[in-house]
Amino acid sequence: MGRYFVRRLLETIPLMLIISIFVFMFIHLLPGDPAKTLAGVEATVEEVEAIREEWGLNDPLIVQYGNYMKDLLRGDMGRSLKSSTPVTELILSRFQYTIQLVLAGVLWAPALGIFIGVMCAIKRGKAFDLGGMLFAIAGLSAPGFWVGLMLIQVFAVTLGWLPSGGLDSWKSLILPSVVMGLGIMATLARYSRSSMLETLREDYVRTARAKGQKESVVMFSHAFKNSLIQVVTILGLQIGGLLSGSVITETIFSIPGMGRLLVDSIAYRDYPAIQGLLMIFSLQYVLINLLVDLLYGVINPKIRYD
Amino acid sequence: MSQEVLLKVKDLRTEFFTSKTSSVTAVANISFDIYKGEILGLVGESGCGKSVTSLSIMQLLKDTPGKITNGEVVLDGVDLITASDAQIRDIRGGKMSMIFQEPMSSLNPSMRIDKQMIEGICLHTDMSKEQAREHAAEMLKKVGIPDPQRVLKNYPHQLSGGMSQRVMIAMAMSNDPQLLIADEPTTALDVTIQAQILDLMKKIQKEEQSSILLITHDLGVVAEMCSRVIVMYAGKIVEEAPVGILFNNPTHPYTQGLIASVPKLGSGVKVLPSIPGSVPDLSSMPEGCRFAPRCKYATEKCRTQEPPLAVVGENQKCRCWLKIEE
Amino acid sequence: MSNKEQLQNEELQQQNANFEAEYIDENVAYVADSKFKSFVKKFMKRRTAVVGFVIIVLLLILAVVGPSIAPYDPAAYNYDNMFAKPSAEHWFGTDHYGRDIFSRVCAGAPLTLGVALSSVIVGTIVGAVLGLLAGYYGGWIEMLVMRGADVLFAFPDILLAIAIVAILGPGIVNVFIAVAVFTVPSIARMMRSATLAVKSSLYVEVAHSLGCKDGRILFLHIFPGTTQTLIVNFTMRIGSAIMAASSLSFLGFGANVTDPEWGAMLSQARSYFSTAPHMLYLPGLVIFITVLAFNLFGDGLRDTLDPKIK
Repeated sequence: MGRYFVRRLLETIPLMLIISIFVFMFIHLLPGDPAKTLAGVEATVEEVEAIREEWGLNDPLIVQYGNYMKDLLRGDMGRSLKSSTPVTELILSRFQYTIQLVLAGVLWAPALGIFIGVMCAIKRGKAFDLGGMLFAIAGLSAPGFWVGLMLIQVFAVTLGWLPSGGLDSWKSLILPSVVMGLGIMATLARYSRSSMLETLREDYVRTARAKGQKESVVMFSHAFKNSLIQVVTILGLQIGGLLSGSVITETIFSIPGMGRLLVDSIAYRDYPAIQGLLMIFSLQYVLINLLVDLLYGVINPKIRYD
Repeated sequence: MSQEVLLKVKDLRTEFFTSKTSSVTAVANISFDIYKGEILGLVGESGCGKSVTSLSIMQLLKDTPGKITNGEVVLDGVDLITASDAQIRDIRGGKMSMIFQEPMSSLNPSMRIDKQMIEGICLHTDMSKEQAREHAAEMLKKVGIPDPQRVLKNYPHQLSGGMSQRVMIAMAMSNDPQLLIADEPTTALDVTIQAQILDLMKKIQKEEQSSILLITHDLGVVAEMCSRVIVMYAGKIVEEAPVGILFNNPTHPYTQGLIASVPKLGSGVKVLPSIPGSVPDLSSMPEGCRFAPRCKYATEKCRTQEPPLAVVGENQKCRCWLKIEE
Repeated sequence: MSNKEQLQNEELQQQNANFEAEYIDENVAYVADSKFKSFVKKFMKRRTAVVGFVIIVLLLILAVVGPSIAPYDPAAYNYDNMFAKPSAEHWFGTDHYGRDIFSRVCAGAPLTLGVALSSVIVGTIVGAVLGLLAGYYGGWIEMLVMRGADVLFAFPDILLAIAIVAILGPGIVNVFIAVAVFTVPSIARMMRSATLAVKSSLYVEVAHSLGCKDGRILFLHIFPGTTQTLIVNFTMRIGSAIMAASSLSFLGFGANVTDPEWGAMLSQARSYFSTAPHMLYLPGLVIFITVLAFNLFGDGLRDTLDPKIK
């Protein structure tokens, strides 16, 4: 297992390096002169030159990248063009909201999705299976912004049970967490159904029955536990996907998280902020996937005892 | 040999449903007995229905499209087909157990061996977990595993194929079953390991005085292990005979073909004879004798009327018009 | 190599080519024909997939004739009839300028579906070629393609599309590019593994041993073996493309707000949400049904063509 952990950790480093190059190149991929873009349309020649000097845009790209990485490792991601506060500070002030949203989604959606999927597999071909799978494909096909706005209409406007936005109490987390979790629940329901069906065809499930084991134990200890190992492999991608869901969710529910900040920064062409946010989003995504892969190593005996 | 019947299979018919209304018949009304203390061989090409027969006896057709549509499978006076689920669970792994073709995939990959063995023992005895663990270790020793304590702590992927099959046998034998069904137990193993496993099965069968239904496509295995043989072709029994008679005097053209296609040491034959054609598709069975399209002796009658399984000699039955008319 | 040997070699190659032409290709064609019939038969049994297919056909018809069957001028302002609720005259009601929403949905169909379909087609072609080359040649090509895909995957889901729009700026053309790029990595990954699977199969090894050239093997033997997987994944991506494009429009990065693009309509509707929620429900429902139809159809295709893909 140790070797698997080390290998998986080492794989992350080049990936992060390539991502950092990609994000660094972001400013240079923009059409036109980066200094002019950063300075804004109405900037004078002097202002543009000042920006060029400040960002070191006259240096060769490789030197610029070196400086970028040096700053990045120190936690310096430049200043926002909009508010002139350091981007790091800006992101840190928004970070907790997005994390709360992601956690609120992770708390219920994967468990419910796996439950639905496994029950569908056990009751294959029955009404429950058909209903569950239609529910799942509908959940997968429903645009988050549409679902979110309808939930606000029903539960906040009409019934008045829950707040329509903001993030000041646990109550205000409920509707956003539904929007966040719907997709991951649907995907996991579909995936765990097919994984469970595959497992049910395995020889060792037949062996368990041949021992005279009860059907409920065959399903849980033999089939379900093994199919769960497979489901964990896609859990990382799914939880990572929640990060992107935060963009839509925060916009609908007026939550001042990183997703909302990204939308605002793009609208304002606040490139240092966009650059910093892209870096942080992808960093989180890579870390979540790393964690889930390590978890996979822990629960899969083939890796644990290798 | 005592001729007390242990398991009686009568008119067993198993169909595979491709939809609610259409099905193909994998096992077509077969009948045979297994006597106490014998090793009965069930041979045939792949797809002839021999594995389906074993799963039908064990009532393990759940999660396959297969369904038993006719017949009886009587073990010790209990018809397994009409028995309740609880009765079946009590018998499976108790009086009757089974080992499979793929030992590596037949063990649960995420469970240690001890847990898998204890599970089976505790289901059928009153032993405590500690006692069951001790019993499991004894069983592993019996199947020739030198360090049972280490193996008990292992996960299946840490064992070789031969080791896994030994564990499967130990697991299957741990509750002193009267009948062990072995479905191609050595097919997935190396040749040297095959011989070891077969020897082991024979030794245990002698010690425990249990019966074995050995399913295989390998006539060499049959010759070495079995006292009686049933030959299946396309879902039907075509010949049944004691092993000596079957090899010296096969009556059905299919059996003759099978035996002729086994290489013999020092026979000097360069080209092995083979049976032309292949097993008919289950969904389009020929009329008349199912073997007729591949049979060089086939007559018009063979192609239109199906022969019955008739007694053709002492303890020998054959399904062929040529032998019946003789 | 002597002349004679060379002649013999050429003769052999000719024979091989003949053998291939006569047997392999003919068989493939024959199998394909009967396969198609049995495919249709099997597919028709999946009722939900057939429903999806019918909706897709209707939507495509709508995309072609939509603008001409719209009961009202989709751009006509009518300040006397703003925020009208759905009624017999205005099936989906009217918006904040009194425009007929149903007409706008009809007029927007070619734009919304056109952007999604064309971007998935372009993205799939690029992804398929990259995946095919990566899987077949391996080595540095594979390294490059796969690491590239990894980087793009590090911006999960729609975040990648947002990042691209952030670079290129808002606008419908840029949404098209963003969604196309967003499609590339997943198709490339899937195509690589499909290629690897087919590459190791027996008939490709036979073609190799017969002395076929790389290009011939790649396009005559390997590519046809991957098409089923490709078709299934292509269909599945259309749903996510419509979702991604309309999400971008909703966030205000997509189509011009005056265009009747479905996502853009919702973005507008959001401002008048508390007074006229119908502006949101019905166009949103249309997006939902469209995505659902493609997903149902894709599921049906997968189950009939290649049940092994998940």
